Amino acid sequence: MNKNKEKLLNSRYRAEKRFQFYGKSAIFLALLFLTIFIFKIFSTGYTAFQKTWLIVPVTFDAETMYLDENPSKEDLKDADYFDLALQTMFDLDKSASEKQQNDLKRMVSYFFEREIKRELLNDPSLIGKTKDVYLTASDDLDQVFKGNYPRDLPEDQRRVTDYQLKIFDQLVEQGRVESKFNLSFFTYPDSREAELAGIASSFMGSIFSILVCLVIAFPVAVLAAIYLEEFAPKNRFTDFIEVNINNLAAVPSIIFGLLGLAVFINFFGMPRSVPLVGGLVLSLMTLPTIIIATRSSLQSVPPSIREAALAMGASEMQVVFQHLLPSAMPGIFTGTIIGLARAFGESAPLLLIGMVAFIVDIPATFTDPATALPVQIYIWADSPERAFVAKTSAATLILISLLILINLAAVLLRKRYEVKW
Amino acid sequence: MDKELENNNIIENKALIECKNVDVFYANQQALFGINLNIGEKEVTSLIGPSGCGKSTFLRCINRMNDVIDICRVEGSIKISNEDIYHPDIDVVELRSRIGMVFQKPNPFPKSVYDNVAYGPKLHGRILHKDDLDEKVEKSLERAGLWSEVKDRLSEPGTSLSGGQQQRLCIARAIAIDPSIILMDEPCSALDPIATAKIEELIDELKDNFTITIVTHSMQQAARVSQRTAFFHLGKLIEVGDTEKIFRSPDHEQTEAYVTGRYG
Repeated sequence: MNKNKEKLLNSRYRAEKRFQFYGKSAIFLALLFLTIFIFKIFSTGYTAFQKTWLIVPVTFDAETMYLDENPSKEDLKDADYFDLALQTMFDLDKSASEKQQNDLKRMVSYFFEREIKRELLNDPSLIGKTKDVYLTASDDLDQVFKGNYPRDLPEDQRRVTDYQLKIFDQLVEQGRVESKFNLSFFTYPDSREAELAGIASSFMGSIFSILVCLVIAFPVAVLAAIYLEEFAPKNRFTDFIEVNINNLAAVPSIIFGLLGLAVFINFFGMPRSVPLVGGLVLSLMTLPTIIIATRSSLQSVPPSIREAALAMGASEMQVVFQHLLPSAMPGIFTGTIIGLARAFGESAPLLLIGMVAFIVDIPATFTDPATALPVQIYIWADSPERAFVAKTSAATLILISLLILINLAAVLLRKRYEVKW
Repeated sequence: MDKELENNNIIENKALIECKNVDVFYANQQALFGINLNIGEKEVTSLIGPSGCGKSTFLRCINRMNDVIDICRVEGSIKISNEDIYHPDIDVVELRSRIGMVFQKPNPFPKSVYDNVAYGPKLHGRILHKDDLDEKVEKSLERAGLWSEVKDRLSEPGTSLSGGQQQRLCIARAIAIDPSIILMDEPCSALDPIATAKIEELIDELKDNFTITIVTHSMQQAARVSQRTAFFHLGKLIEVGDTEKIFRSPDHEQTEAYVTGRYG
């Protein structure tokens, strides 16, 4: 008898240990995958936060710019810098053939003449003098400098020619190549040239869309939830609505994109690719999340508070607005922020309403064409240039950091406004 | 039995609350059967009886708190000062502003002590001036025997007080709207004996100004605080009378069995 009891007890302890082991392994696996993911993204992405510059001596020769003597500021603005820019690169190897000159030109970014122009506009006294100017290296040389480029491939299989590599190595030896923090990644819009592409346009597009989403989804969802939870009669019809709201939360996001396309663009004739429509579609997607969060936080207010207020002679609306809502607010905020975070990371519905376009201007209003950060990641992931691989990971890193920040804000808000009973 | 009941019931012109043939149904289940009970002005009436006998249901009929429950239906007539409170013309919000209620579990609002007490007067727009409100809060807390304990903590949340203090805060909140009636639904069941004693003392003082009806599980409490006692069993009012009589020489055998602890 006693032995049996001991056996039973031991097997119970073993079962408990086993269960704990399963739980710990599950957590370990989840953490492992997360670490691998973050590490992979970070190791490919961090190089995009650095930008490679070639430091090239530019001789600001008035003749090459077709300038008269003593040019005015206007003249400098209108001057033709193209030949000067070309000459600057050709000067790197005076004995270069025509084909090699073309290679030289391609060692720097496509718009490098602008960088020369900016230098001169900053200091017009440079005319006739020579100065070292920082020029953005081409995206391929950028990758070479960061060690991401397969130099060992036969020449006909890579975009960088042997000649370019030779000149580049010379420049490196002379200390004329420098890597600096890539501010333009944050301040430039998207570009076909990887070395010039930035997240500014897509980031602003995301911000505008999320603002529209918040302004529409939050009040509508909270009012709907309050009505359903506190005032609506319980009958078949409200049951039906409730089931549908719960289902709506599980609808794949691309369906909302189709809906937005059909309703907002085709039926109401709103413009394509604009944050206004993007925000509307995202708000449809966020509505059920906020409604469900609001209802459950209203439900979690102890009934004794409701009774106390009613017994004091408060009307039903006063009970809701003076007691239930303030107590439910932290939960409602958390639900809203989590819904917005989901909308912020959403790309599928935006693809369908045309927010996948190539946008070179930073949107300034709700009706300027724009993309969103996750869509930008999708566009870059589709681009063949090596530098875009790093950009994709870097943009992903930024998106993830923003989402972590948003979720952190949700946790802090909840902690801050939590009501203790 | 009905005749006895009539006799033991308070003479009608002394009664503040008159209940006649009150039936309560939850969906199809009847919870109260033809309750005839008069509650006298400025005295304490306690409702006793085993769990589920309908005493709380009856209490909640008096300020129409049962209205909130969709499936609940009340029949019969309840009059307060000769006014039928279930008449369609009666505004339930106004009715509740004349009746204070204290619940089983202390339920102060998650606001400051001051705001808890000031809530009712502000809600009903009775006091507009800040100084008057301060005075009202102080007076209500004083009457609830809490002022000396909380006068330095008025801005702290009401939920940070001890259980007994919270319950007295709820009483202060209830009397701040100057009700004529205070309903108490087992106000001491969540409290320790010392806090209970304080509440009982308080009830004794309050009866000079308020009509108090208290539901209690403790027969000692009923005996200590109330002038009249009503015994409920299985949804029926078995016996009502002076507390002393109910506990010393009840007319009904069931009452005797319950008060002497033979069942319940």
